[in-house]
Amino acid sequence: MPQATADLFSSPCLQFKGSMVPLTTLELLYFEPDKFSEELREKVKQAPNLFHNLPIVVGLEKLAEAHSPLDFSLIQTLCEQEGIRLIGVRTDAPEQTSAAQTAGLAVFQPSRGTRNAEAETPVQEPAPSAATETGRDEAQPQRVANRVITTPVRSGQQVYAPGGDLIVLAPVSAGAEILADGNIHVYAPLRGRALAGVQGNASARIFCQSLEAELVSVAGQYKISEDLQGEHWKQAAQICLDGEKLTIKAM
Amino acid sequence: MERVTKLSKIIVITSGKGGVGKTTTSASIASGLSKLGHKTVVIDFDVGLRNLDLILNCERRVVYDFVNVINNEASLNQALIKDKYTENMSILPASQTRDKEALSKEGVERVLNELSETFEYIICDSPAGIEHGAMMALYYADEAVVVTNPEVSSVRDSDRILGILHSKSRRAEMGLDPVKEHLLLTRYNPERVQNGEMLSVQDVEEILAVPLLGVIPESKSVLTASNQGVPVIHDQQSDAGQAYADAVARLLGEDREHRFLDVQKKGFFQRVFGGKA
Ligand SMILES: Nc1ncnc2c1ncn2[C@@H]1O[C@H](COP(=O)(O)OP(=O)(O)O)[C@@H](O)[C@H]1O
Ligand SMILES: [Mg+2]
Repeated sequence: MPQATADLFSSPCLQFKGSMVPLTTLELLYFEPDKFSEELREKVKQAPNLFHNLPIVVGLEKLAEAHSPLDFSLIQTLCEQEGIRLIGVRTDAPEQTSAAQTAGLAVFQPSRGTRNAEAETPVQEPAPSAATETGRDEAQPQRVANRVITTPVRSGQQVYAPGGDLIVLAPVSAGAEILADGNIHVYAPLRGRALAGVQGNASARIFCQSLEAELVSVAGQYKISEDLQGEHWKQAAQICLDGEKLTIKAM
Repeated sequence: MERVTKLSKIIVITSGKGGVGKTTTSASIASGLSKLGHKTVVIDFDVGLRNLDLILNCERRVVYDFVNVINNEASLNQALIKDKYTENMSILPASQTRDKEALSKEGVERVLNELSETFEYIICDSPAGIEHGAMMALYYADEAVVVTNPEVSSVRDSDRILGILHSKSRRAEMGLDPVKEHLLLTRYNPERVQNGEMLSVQDVEEILAVPLLGVIPESKSVLTASNQGVPVIHDQQSDAGQAYADAVARLLGEDREHRFLDVQKKGFFQRVFGGKA
């Protein structure tokens, strides 16, 4: 028997749950307000729907002058002007942390994945397993948290494989979104959005039987449908990063 | 509350999009099942916008409605209306004066439980959208007929509804066997498909990946039937009526070939006099 409303009110109204929320990161190499605005506007113009009201985090791992505190209020305002919502800063530098907190922003710790990637040489070894790449906690045994989906992922649905690969054995519809910390495999048409390496794993790849996607992204580098039209459209394809550049190859 | 008898089947007629033919389909499928001897009730979940009773020509016999029964203001027997044309069939009309929030989850469950003691098939005519009324119509379903028109926006909305059936229905929430899904393509116009103005059966099947229950052609007979208050399935001269009869047979497990998919070659009289089938 479902709980009556009266019973409901006598129970707690909130609870905490651990969860992994995928967020787009804006990596800042240096900060120059006019140039920042201009480049941001350019990016937003390419995919207005993608950026509209998009919550983002500024990542400072690659910032040149890592220790002179940034004007986060200004960065926030500039983002807002482009319809983007800056919600936090990813850093472990104490100066930036206090500057971010003063601006009322949340502070995130850099994930091991991104720091490792930085420590490594830019040219990555041929794909180490997703588990070691994205291992988040040293105390955890290295178990690959792959996720297998056997039914269609429909418009409006979102499926995420934290810490591993996502394997989908059915179509991914337009309007659906699939995400993984590791690789994404779709053994059917990929018509929605697919984001691999969402925690920054630059060696993640996307494989699909028929590339008809609205968007593909690896470690934050993305291409939208328009840019995917061409020789690989509706063909079996793999998508991976070649340096900073997202490339599509036949499969 | 567990259902007492589990012999009855709850089938939701749903789509996401409005105006695609859900109510037309609900009336014809319910009539078709009862014509074949199955005791069937059809429920109008479109609270505030009822029109199932119009299509079934019983609007003047509505005294109590679904919401009255949920609120214990009337018994089921007082609210159920016997169909004019078919034995074995009853209608539970929607209220015109309430809003959709009046359909409480517990109330709907209680009514469905009570109906399943008497009826073999319970057909739920869903309102458009993915709001409360549509969620209530699909929540308890065992099977779903997803009504789709051969155009992109309708297909997209159907895809969304299929996702909801798969994740938010009672069967999904309780980890039972998934809701059995059927695709019903309605208002199909082979000529416009041929001209590239509409998606083909194959296009829609490929996008939605759901077994095809039937294809109902776009047909004047549907409007004629609804104006007369007779579900089109009773008009077995018409293409749409025959297509609905086929769909009902398939719902009952029969294997029938799909018809009315191709552009009709005009016969001699039609060519001469320009009449339409
Ligand atoms: N196969 C068809 N051919 C022609 N008109 C149709 C057909 N199916 C439905 N219609 C018309 O479309 C309109 C909407 O149908 P209805 O069943 O009320 O849709 P819904 O319940 O999905 O809103 C009605 O005017 C109906 O007569
Ligand atoms: Mg309707």
